[in-house]
Amino acid sequence: MADTDEPEKKRRRVVELTEKMVVDGGRDGGEWDGRWNHINMFLERPGPFTHPDFEPSTESLQFLLDTCKILVIGAGGLGCELLKDLALSGFRHIHVVDMDTIDVSNLNRQFLFRLKDVGRPKADIAADFINGRIPGCNVVPHFKKIQDFDESFYRQFHIIVCGLDSIIARRWMNGMLLSLLVYEDGVLDPSSIIPLIDGGTEGFKGNARVIFPGMTACIDCTLELYPPQINFPMCTIASMPRLPEHCVEYVRMLLWPKEKPFGDGVGLDADDPEHIQWVYQKSQERAAEFSITGITYRLTQGVVKRIIPAVASTNAVIAAACATEVFKIASSAYIPLNNYMVFNDVDGLYTYTFEAERKENCSACSQVPQDLYFSPSAKLQEVLDYLTENASLQMKSPAITATLEGKNKTLYLQTVASIEQRTRPNLSKSLKELGLLDGQELAVADVTTPQTVLFKLSFTS
Amino acid sequence: MAATKASKEQKYDRQLRLWGDHGQEELENAHVCLINSTASGTELLKNLVLPGIGSFTIVDGHKVSGEDVGNNFFLSNHSIGRNRAQAATELLQELNTDVSGNFVEESYKVTSSIKTFSCRVNNFWFYFHSTCLRLGSVLWNANVPFLVCRTYGLVGYMRLVVKEHTVIESHPDNALEDLRLDQPFAELKSHIQSYDLEGMGKKDHGHTPWIIIVAKYLEKWFSEHNSQLPKNYKEKEAFKQLIRQGILKNEKGTPEDEENFEEAIKNVNTALNPTKVISSGVDDIFNGEQCNDITSQTPAFWLMTRAVREFVQNDGSGNLPVRGSIPDMIADSEKFINLQNVYREKAMQDASVVSKHVEALLQSVGKVCGPYSCILRCCSLSSACSMDSADGEMVLYLMLRSVDRFYQQHSRYPGVYNYQVEEDISKLKLCVNSLLQEYSLNVNVKDDYIHEFCRYGAAEPHTVASFLGGSAAQEAIKIITRQFVPFNNTFIYNAMSQTTATFQL
Repeated sequence: MADTDEPEKKRRRVVELTEKMVVDGGRDGGEWDGRWNHINMFLERPGPFTHPDFEPSTESLQFLLDTCKILVIGAGGLGCELLKDLALSGFRHIHVVDMDTIDVSNLNRQFLFRLKDVGRPKADIAADFINGRIPGCNVVPHFKKIQDFDESFYRQFHIIVCGLDSIIARRWMNGMLLSLLVYEDGVLDPSSIIPLIDGGTEGFKGNARVIFPGMTACIDCTLELYPPQINFPMCTIASMPRLPEHCVEYVRMLLWPKEKPFGDGVGLDADDPEHIQWVYQKSQERAAEFSITGITYRLTQGVVKRIIPAVASTNAVIAAACATEVFKIASSAYIPLNNYMVFNDVDGLYTYTFEAERKENCSACSQVPQDLYFSPSAKLQEVLDYLTENASLQMKSPAITATLEGKNKTLYLQTVASIEQRTRPNLSKSLKELGLLDGQELAVADVTTPQTVLFKLSFTS
Repeated sequence: MAATKASKEQKYDRQLRLWGDHGQEELENAHVCLINSTASGTELLKNLVLPGIGSFTIVDGHKVSGEDVGNNFFLSNHSIGRNRAQAATELLQELNTDVSGNFVEESYKVTSSIKTFSCRVNNFWFYFHSTCLRLGSVLWNANVPFLVCRTYGLVGYMRLVVKEHTVIESHPDNALEDLRLDQPFAELKSHIQSYDLEGMGKKDHGHTPWIIIVAKYLEKWFSEHNSQLPKNYKEKEAFKQLIRQGILKNEKGTPEDEENFEEAIKNVNTALNPTKVISSGVDDIFNGEQCNDITSQTPAFWLMTRAVREFVQNDGSGNLPVRGSIPDMIADSEKFINLQNVYREKAMQDASVVSKHVEALLQSVGKVCGPYSCILRCCSLSSACSMDSADGEMVLYLMLRSVDRFYQQHSRYPGVYNYQVEEDISKLKLCVNSLLQEYSLNVNVKDDYIHEFCRYGAAEPHTVASFLGGSAAQEAIKIITRQFVPFNNTFIYNAMSQTTATFQL
């Protein structure tokens, strides 16, 4: 019968025992009988639904354990789950990349972290926990941005699985794997393909997809599937607020730069409770002016930090689906998901599985040069607007260069302040004034891709 | 004390935005019980411990085996030979100090110990990894929700068994707005009348809410069409044209850029939906037994429902209370807020009428009534199931029942050892056929599935268990918090094709 008389005493004993256990677990990387029984069925036995390439063997397990190298991008809600799932599926050589540190609000789902870990790098703590809990597993952490690595790093992995919270990062990863593809006489060399498994979650919704770069739909092929980020029109924020959110955005975007409440040059730090408190109070004042109700601290914080609600369960489901696909591909045990699954458990449990199609003129994977059609009198600003606003391109801060009179000339670049200032006047010049010719190639760089995208400029009359 | 409350708010912030402080309170007052700490079970518990469930108890008499450690994150190889319930409790407990974990080192038996458990705590749940009819009936009678889960090879399975579960806050994803444009209530009518579209200045014209615009033009349409709503595509297009003609034009005669008018045109199709007279689902609830026989024991849900029914029949002229919310739209602040308040005040008025009905029904309830209610009635485990076709996931369900039958006959599952796989295929086939016969199911189960289920050897791969654990935990949270709609009542996950299906059996 459960000991309900002295729960506190028992709990303390449990905590002590557990701490000892977590530390000891890592010392021996030894095997024990039956460890991989649950997986062996799928590696050693023939079956009616296996992949055509599948050959049952006792060596497949060794491949997973000793040779297969997996890269996990992100050590957050999905990343923690992925690391656990992969480690318990026989994968031992796992690298994990994450540029973030641990926050208290992560603890409701990122179960490899504890209160004492707040402030430490996610990748490091996650790797330590898994290596300690799963003997023999060797997770290598990288407290870095994905952009800090080049092709030589990514090329070493058999499969890459993403648990990111940013579309920009996904697109960059997508672009990186596309850049690794090798074509010989126009034919894709299959050994240059690194499969990308991508998972995403938001509240009770999630999706998992399998991408074979160069063969199946890539991230950019289905860019329109991603819902646009909510940005309220400036006139609403500035003079016609109707919702509590409008009031908070007013304070964040207009009032803060004007009043500089914490000093000159001190930007709004969304993680500083004092800053949020100030925004909250000012938002209440703004709302009162317009008889708008509903401002709470929680709402304020949510708007400023662009918080997306999150729970453990959705992350568990999506990461599990992704990890199952990694296992299928690494072992050839089954035909992988083809190629997109959507999940939603707001009302019962709903999934929809379909094959996302490649876009014929995808700016990332089609290798078809992208066309730009503008009148020679159009201003460069119009080209910039097109690159950012077009639904299939959705660039963030494109840098445009062109070869003029044999020299490589930067027409406009935003990301370096001095260059931005120097090239800003070009935005109001017409394409003809800038010396661009019909059929000219423009090279565009952007955070959404590691490679430059080539465009062909065609003049309309 | 205040510090712990604040840090709990921080820790749980991301989930509080989904089910609110009241939902979290329900979760923290709940006590769940897991029978058999298999990987599916511990993964499920993990997803309850992390969000802060009050407490859990694991009942398991098994000793930890090497195989168990291989697929379970909450068992370590150092615990091989120890009791499994205890070992798993320790590592689950460690996830969250807010939660209290307990264990019982016994194999589950239907003994008096279950009754004693029920007396000690309320809100008891059982998760089981293989079916048990007797336990099911004990819990059914006690109205304790029972969730059966298992992972078998690449198949996940969940069955919800609860007599009745009522939900008020279902948070529907895509509910239609409740604008009452076809039958505006008095306050809305007079508010609409306060606008003079023809007489107002340019700025006001371009910042009038689209709801007002549609209402005004609807008045025009009514006068020309015998008070009939535009019914078909042709009429709706004509109505949209009517609105379009109302867009201000500049001196040259070109229409101005009036986004609010564009919004009005865009929303015509949905805005003109007749105010939904009671749907069949709500009708069922209104005609339910508990709704008719109100006693001093009647739970809050049924009191409220009856009060709403009284409202519909007496004060609402056949309509439910007004919802009170409107979507955001292009408008200046004052016009929008004023319009929003018209709807809000009417909603509060209606709610207080409902409240008076409740008082009149002998109890008072303080909640504002939401129209998003639903009931789940599930079948008890032993009720016969009827299936006509055997597509994808249904075949998997039949196979799961068949392997249980195999277990009953042979005291083991098919294909556990390599040498058994071949010979078990024909034995399993016999089980499948006897199952189909017993339930008079004229269904063809392909040999491939029988082979595949022998191949599984009752393995429980971690990733499939984790998927199921995540799905099941969220369903449990829905039942505990009484928010969002749980599945009803049988769920199958096919990891081979990454597809799922829900059946009501």
